[in-house]
Amino acid sequence: MTESVAPHFKQPLLKTPFHERARALSQVDSFIPWAGYTTVDVFTTMEQEYFAIRNATTLYDLTPMVKYRVAGPDALPYLNRLVTRDVAKLKPDRVAYCVWCNDAGHLIDDGTIFRLRAGEYRICTAERQIDWLLDSAIGFDVEIDEVTEQIAALAVQGPTSCAVLKALGLQGIEKLKPFEIGYFAFGPQRLTVSRTGFTGDLGYELWMEPQAAETVWDGLMTAGRSRGIRAIGSQALNVARIEAGFLLPNVDFVSAEHTIRTGRDRSPLELGLGWLVDFNKGHFTGRRALRNEMIQGPRRQLVGLDIAGNKPAHNALLYTDDGGKREIGSVTSAIWSPTCKRNIALAIVDAPYFQLGSTVWADIYLNRELMWERRMSRAQVVERPFFTPERRRATPPAEF
Amino acid sequence: MATASPQARYDCVIIGAGHNGLVCAATLARGGRSVLVLEAAAQVGGAAVTREFAPGFRVSAGAHLLHLMPADLLRELKLESHGLEWAAQGMATTVLVPGGARLSLGAEEAGRGLSPEDAEAYSVYTARMRRFAAALVPMFSRVPPRLGTSAWADRIALLRLGWQVRKLGRRDMRELLRIGGMNVYDLLEENFDSAALKGALGLDAVLGANFGPRSPGTVLTLLYRLAGEFAAGASGPSQPRGGLGAFCDALAKAAAAAGATIRTGAPVASIRVEADRAAGVVLESGENIDAPCVISNADPKTTFLRLLGPRYLDTGFVRRVNHIRARGLAAKLHLALNRVPVFSGVSEAGVRGRLLLAASLQHIEHAYNHAKYGEFSAAPVMEITVPTANDPTLAPVGQHVLSAIVQYAPYALKEGWQSGRQRCLDAALDGLERYAPGLRASIVAAELLTPADMEAQFGMAGGHWHHGDLAFDQFLMVRPVPGAAQYRTPLDGLFLCGAGCHPGGGVMGIAGRNAAQEVLKVSQNSA
Ligand SMILES: Cc1cc2nc3c(=O)[nH]c(=O)nc-3n(C[C@H](O)[C@H](O)[C@H](O)COP(=O)(O)OP(=O)(O)OC[C@H]3O[C@@H](n4cnc5c(N)ncnc54)[C@H](O)[C@@H]3O)c2cc1C
Repeated sequence: MTESVAPHFKQPLLKTPFHERARALSQVDSFIPWAGYTTVDVFTTMEQEYFAIRNATTLYDLTPMVKYRVAGPDALPYLNRLVTRDVAKLKPDRVAYCVWCNDAGHLIDDGTIFRLRAGEYRICTAERQIDWLLDSAIGFDVEIDEVTEQIAALAVQGPTSCAVLKALGLQGIEKLKPFEIGYFAFGPQRLTVSRTGFTGDLGYELWMEPQAAETVWDGLMTAGRSRGIRAIGSQALNVARIEAGFLLPNVDFVSAEHTIRTGRDRSPLELGLGWLVDFNKGHFTGRRALRNEMIQGPRRQLVGLDIAGNKPAHNALLYTDDGGKREIGSVTSAIWSPTCKRNIALAIVDAPYFQLGSTVWADIYLNRELMWERRMSRAQVVERPFFTPERRRATPPAEF
Repeated sequence: MATASPQARYDCVIIGAGHNGLVCAATLARGGRSVLVLEAAAQVGGAAVTREFAPGFRVSAGAHLLHLMPADLLRELKLESHGLEWAAQGMATTVLVPGGARLSLGAEEAGRGLSPEDAEAYSVYTARMRRFAAALVPMFSRVPPRLGTSAWADRIALLRLGWQVRKLGRRDMRELLRIGGMNVYDLLEENFDSAALKGALGLDAVLGANFGPRSPGTVLTLLYRLAGEFAAGASGPSQPRGGLGAFCDALAKAAAAAGATIRTGAPVASIRVEADRAAGVVLESGENIDAPCVISNADPKTTFLRLLGPRYLDTGFVRRVNHIRARGLAAKLHLALNRVPVFSGVSEAGVRGRLLLAASLQHIEHAYNHAKYGEFSAAPVMEITVPTANDPTLAPVGQHVLSAIVQYAPYALKEGWQSGRQRCLDAALDGLERYAPGLRASIVAAELLTPADMEAQFGMAGGHWHHGDLAFDQFLMVRPVPGAAQYRTPLDGLFLCGAGCHPGGGVMGIAGRNAAQEVLKVSQNSA
């Protein structure tokens, strides 16, 4: 583990290697803490930044993403016992989205596993997990180190992102397939690029040494000027990720390591992530509990909702009927989707109402100049993701 | 499969022929199961064995007294018809008092050597403690309830436990609840004046435990020991002829007579898993044995972390197993003597009983202080027997054996046992010499088994008496850990039957019998 040299008692939040650049571009001084770092919530306006994600190229500072290096002879069996997916199927230079559970089959966190070199993997997650990762290592010949501070990370996302990276000089970037990892030179700097992201759009994530951070940022800004490049904060990203149907920890689920009340934990089956659970790969933590849950069927499920009207159903309780007699769940994330032109939400809904196509009613509260109004809106359970453009997967991506 | 001889398939395979494994085997065989017991050592018995430690001198190398073995279990297994003989039963306890005065706690002489006040207090105290112990007795022979389930069987079991306590009546119940979480030091200080009496009673609370008399929870461990003795229904400590090993030989004969096969010198390397259930075992020799039911007499850490392996278990469960406190603190001293030992002020009859060396509660607590910091006690406390006084077959004619449990000797001695062993042995001998002047001169051979030695010889993790501390947080329905406290484990077809389970260690066989009953129940349901 790396020891942070920052005097934390004087400055509880660290600055990322991109901080000075972000500070210079921030017009509204809107910063928020994320995993021990200060990060930008909004640079200019959320709308402007959001439309850059869907129409141009955006830079988002991912450095606070917690990163662990997993290496050693047992790295693969270790990861396979940790996560619900079969990591043996992950080829070199590929990335897999994974979740890991506690013994009860309840989600601790989600994240991505990078297979970097034979025997070496990287886990990227939103929250620190070292104690769980180390306890999971009991009996395995494996090394686990947190490398968050050693790796600066930048998400480059949007329809023109491939073109921007090409202009930056990353030769052959257009050949990189979704979830593939490539290694590129940028001047003297070495960049690891994965075609991954949290926007559901065409996009890449750049991983580099912290010393290279500012040079890369400046290079991208120059290369992207004619392609509408813009730095974005977490608010705009949040709208994009809801459209893409991605889950956010502590918003759409609470880690089973943090819940206190019973019944607040969520299993991957409940979160609609059953496709990530491989019962045929051998044992993994939570397998026995998840098997039982499979047999009994999940009691609730996270689904997409298409809601009547244009008022986002923030925190709305859900009912079987417009009279609000029987409560059957609640909304976890809600937005008016600017691209889909739909009023969408992610929600936890009890069985059997989570079936695709079923109708539920959302109790939406509206604040109209300090007068609260209540609106019972019809909502339908629909497919996720709400927005998944062709360009997300197209290889090579279109030229701009 | 490597070897598929017709005998290579059994209903049940038991890993370990400790006394619990043997009781389990006998019970299962009597229940109609085909049973194979695989023992790593050359002889059966685990930590209850007799072996030669010097030419011509034999001793019970681990446990040396039987005081917890239920009489009904002895009858059920007809051990006397399988060769069990008693060298001594209902052995008295004598407290070694500096200066040679004498205090007896045995059945007949109870209270001799006490002031009238202490004698009176002692009889009130023993009567009360016996009532409390009796209330706990029904817990022993039952599978502990699971917590937090909605199953009626679990709720009823919890209610029954509550009812037992309630039945004591208001005064006793209040007293039990008051003292239940106390330390034994305070309890004894409340009751008695005599330092020797308090030392002796305090020693019983910490024998084999990772505690000093001032440690929290020591009243519980004392009550628990008393309840075990009470449940046994025996008249007091006893000594089988030929030592505890002979007792286990009789158990093995009973198991064999019921149809079980026992193989010694057959260490198990791993538990085999197929389709997420136990499917048999692989021996260190590479031999494969199939069985739909594998029962481990090895301690929980060995069973889960080494024989099964974390990759078949969930992280949270492994974390709990890894946290089981199982570092032994009891060493065993064996002396070969060329004459009968003479303890100042102790009669010949006293030497045939149990001798306690714990001058006072302070003495025990000071001895424990060393252990807290990774040192052995400079002046250890001891439970001493002279087995040859009751059973001359253990030594050449006219010569004797002394067997003592010596506390405290930490498993992970800071200086290491390489250099520590001789110094620890000297400390024990110095302590004995004070009460038995001239003993040193009569020593023909001496052996000190440290917890590390016992781990190596008996295969018990940490060399721990109970395969894991017996304390509030490793007790009853959380023993050894939640998820494995009903003899079943998270892996279907794998069971535990040793001292690491409820009701814990000591040679009592209840864990073995309870486990067998659970196995019979499970395999009946699935048949
Ligand atoms: C110093 C000392 C003194 C004690 N004194 C007393 C006393 O006076 N009275 C009393 O009642 N209790 C006493 N005890 C406690 C008592 O000895 C134990 O609690 C009891 O013997 C435990 O029995 P068990 O059958 O559960 O386990 P064990 O006796 O530990 O048996 C487990 C068996 O499993 C075997 N095994 C382990 N791994 C494998 C493998 N991989 N393959 C095959 N076999 C394996 C071991 O070799 C062993 O034979 C004492 C303990 C100690 C350490």
